Amino acid sequence: MQRIGVFVCWCGSNIAGTVDVHAVAEALKLEPGVVFSTDYQYMCSQAGQNIIKEAIAEHKLTGIVVCSCSPRMHEATFRKTAAAAGLNPYMVEIANIREQCSWVHKDMPIGTEKAIILGKAAIAKVNLNAPLTPGESPVTKRALVIGGGIAGIQTALDIADAGFPVDIVEKKPTIGGKMAQLDKTFPTLDCAACILTPKMVDVAQHDKIRIFSYSEVTEVKGFVGNFDVKIKKHARYVKEDVCTGCGDCVSKCPMKKVPNEFNLGMDNRHAIYIPFAQAVPKVATIDPNACNMIKNGKCGLCAKVCTAGAIDYTQKDEFIEEKYGAIVVATGYNHISMDKFDEFAYNQSKDVITSLEFERLTNAAGPTAGKLLRPSDGVHPHTIVFVQCVGSRCDACAEKGKEYCSKICCMYTAKHAMLTRDKYPDTDVYVFYIDVRTPGKNFDEFYRRAVEEYGVHYIKGMVGKVVPEGNKLKVQASDLLSNKQLHIDADLVVLAAAIEPDKSARPLATMLTASMDTNDFFTEAHPKLRPVESPTAGVFLSGACQGPKDIPETVSQAGAAASKVIGLLAKDKLTGNPCIAHSDEMMCNGCSSCERVCPYGAITYVDKEFRMPDRTTAIRRVASVNPAVCQGCGACTVACPSGAMDLKGFATSQIIAEVDAICK
Amino acid sequence: MQKITKNQLLDKAAELLDNGTVTAVLGWQKGEFDYDVTPALFENKEELFANFVWNDFCGANFSKYLIKHTRKVEGKILVFLKPCDTYSFNQLLTEHRFDREKVYAVGIPCEGMADIDKVKAIVGDGISSIDCGEKIKVTTIYADAAVEIDGKDVLEGRCESCKSKKHVAYDELLGEEGDVLDSNRFDEVARLEAMTPDERFAFWQNELSRCIRCNACRDVCPACTCEKCVFGNPKSGVENKSPANSFEEKMFHIIRAFHVAGRCTDCGECSRVCPQNIPLHLLNRKFIKDMNECYGEYQAGAEVGSRAPLVNYTTEDLEPGEVFDRRDTDA
Repeated sequence: MQRIGVFVCWCGSNIAGTVDVHAVAEALKLEPGVVFSTDYQYMCSQAGQNIIKEAIAEHKLTGIVVCSCSPRMHEATFRKTAAAAGLNPYMVEIANIREQCSWVHKDMPIGTEKAIILGKAAIAKVNLNAPLTPGESPVTKRALVIGGGIAGIQTALDIADAGFPVDIVEKKPTIGGKMAQLDKTFPTLDCAACILTPKMVDVAQHDKIRIFSYSEVTEVKGFVGNFDVKIKKHARYVKEDVCTGCGDCVSKCPMKKVPNEFNLGMDNRHAIYIPFAQAVPKVATIDPNACNMIKNGKCGLCAKVCTAGAIDYTQKDEFIEEKYGAIVVATGYNHISMDKFDEFAYNQSKDVITSLEFERLTNAAGPTAGKLLRPSDGVHPHTIVFVQCVGSRCDACAEKGKEYCSKICCMYTAKHAMLTRDKYPDTDVYVFYIDVRTPGKNFDEFYRRAVEEYGVHYIKGMVGKVVPEGNKLKVQASDLLSNKQLHIDADLVVLAAAIEPDKSARPLATMLTASMDTNDFFTEAHPKLRPVESPTAGVFLSGACQGPKDIPETVSQAGAAASKVIGLLAKDKLTGNPCIAHSDEMMCNGCSSCERVCPYGAITYVDKEFRMPDRTTAIRRVASVNPAVCQGCGACTVACPSGAMDLKGFATSQIIAEVDAICK
Repeated sequence: MQKITKNQLLDKAAELLDNGTVTAVLGWQKGEFDYDVTPALFENKEELFANFVWNDFCGANFSKYLIKHTRKVEGKILVFLKPCDTYSFNQLLTEHRFDREKVYAVGIPCEGMADIDKVKAIVGDGISSIDCGEKIKVTTIYADAAVEIDGKDVLEGRCESCKSKKHVAYDELLGEEGDVLDSNRFDEVARLEAMTPDERFAFWQNELSRCIRCNACRDVCPACTCEKCVFGNPKSGVENKSPANSFEEKMFHIIRAFHVAGRCTDCGECSRVCPQNIPLHLLNRKFIKDMNECYGEYQAGAEVGSRAPLVNYTTEDLEPGEVFDRRDTDA
């Protein structure tokens, strides 16, 4: 028989406001096994925990029930309290009388009655609890970073600097991500390439970092500390270790009309290409959809001119399998498609562009070598209209666009407007906005400079329609402050398109069993207190895959994710969760039902010799659970037809006892 | 009524015993009466020729017996499987319940088995002997002349809605292979579904109230092969419950139906052996019908290693909410 102590928490007035905590403590005193029952204002406080510790010692308690908030909040706290008092931490049960009771009831008698019932259920369970000891699993001291943008780069560098090996998987031929495409960065206006490319070189030269570019993660198995990952390295038809990046092949390639992704299709590249001059790894890649040699075996010029002999038209996709202790997701973002925004005439006129295209137009390494020229006729534009919130902050019911604020557009638009006025004082620059949101260090000062010093026309209101007419773009917009309709003949219209998570994020989340929100941004374990961890142990989040963010914020989150990874990899052993499945071999039929439903591959079968009831021996096939792999989800216990599978800490008998206590 | 003869089976068994392919034969032998034929393991030819029986009352499905016998017998066991038995055979292989290497399966055609209760309804009590040939000749102690009955007139209920004359597993086939039939086996379930909940409750109340908890349905069921049955496990809390009240007698059968859901091949042994003639197979058929409707057609045991819909997930699966909504249309 257990000797159970019951501790009812007031949680200030959170619980005591709608639950008569004294009555609960008194009522639960009468339950079987209960030898002590009390209530206190804040059980989780030092004083509250001391009450528990003293009661365990004084009443020789073998189990305790804490009626308080959700176990997600303080189960770990009270388990530690029990352990400190010499009680097995798994002899602690929490009755959630806050989230599941006081917060959802208004009426004191009803709330009190329910709290008593929840307490009874927890007591019924503790009566059947047994002390559990967690197992240990080793930690593979290597991290995987998925995505090689600034987030991935910073995370990888920080982890590698702490001495742990890191692999970066990047699906493009080079790392660098979106930041490599930017011109200047707000609010200090330093050149993106000048601050990013040295970091890219650091990554390439770091002896602890390996880069798998042009690669994708195709399979993830295992669990925290012990992930087994399969990486698909796409054939680039160039031997990466042989190519020197000299570029001779590129200049000789006759296929030179392939839209250049790096410049967002505003100019062309060759079928064999190096995305940009500072690419890392600086290795050529053949685009198999454009290369004549690969498509129909005619050409082969690049192989002829390559003095290093790096070209290999027969290269095949390669699969790499590696073990990791931690995985960081840094898959980043993209602009949403402008296809649904016909009113801005994006698909009708080359002179309606997105902000990222504008970045390329003003970048010295861009298609116009940094001169601001209209894409349609190469003429310098004199009137430029910037439209903010294109697809951001849309109605939830709207068919197009996103409900959220893309966060970075206000600042980069201010930057674009300011830089344009600075370089070309003869241009008129209009910015149409809903609100200007500049809550960052030196951000508002930056925006005000654009308005006050550079004379950018900020107009509160939305652009209703853009109509291409001749070589002009007729912009019709409303000025909400003066309540007027405006008509502007613009030469160039720049759309601040909303950003969305990269399309690769959703299948990746499925592989990682990490959760996502409705917008496909990865969710954090806790929005305030655990912002860089995913709810899946061992999976961490870095950069815009978690939500829209600018470079300073991305870099700080990247560092935070790295520190969490370092904290994990610094451990030699991880303490597992002892609440895992186990099979009663005497009852197991070996039918494989459990193996089929196990999402972790934790169950295997062994042939064992058994003494049968009729005194013969027989060899039977029985299930065996790998305690290091089992996550305690309980799927097997439901699938098992013979009742041999059970979950420690959540045994069928314990759950039925809880149900019985509630229904009594 | 059967097209294959006892001598054909005996010849095959003798041949396999003689050439050493098998060391034992799982067959039927006469019980107290000619019609209560029971399964038996023959370990030599003498026993086999003395006691082996094959007639219209050989309904027993041998698949489940293989678990017990393959553990004991050295060498292979010859087992005769009717088409419906082969589904159970495959299902047990899927669940790794016996070693396929230890079995030599001979598929035999089946023309349907006779229901002794239907025979008794014609001839009355006091049956002294039954001779199965073209017709079933029944002699009783009360009449001088034997009564001749056409086997088709006294078919077991499960054989009237036979789902398959095709063998899905064998090492060797005697006679001709048949086809999977388009049976009407779900008609009765549909009739129950059409009832109001109260009518349906009354129906099952009436049927299940006759249960005497003899456990024959469990013992014969090829899906009930747990090493230790939940109803025989003291830790389960439902051990050896007698039909003390109307709740418990129903719970036994409903728990059992849930237990075999997705694994039941609809062999119909449960209803055949029930001494109280409770149509237990209807519970299982309801599950099969529901699974077919919710997750696509699935026949347990049609192949070895198939994943039953209840332990599988596909994106085409019905959402749980839709399953819940169906409840209203059923009622």
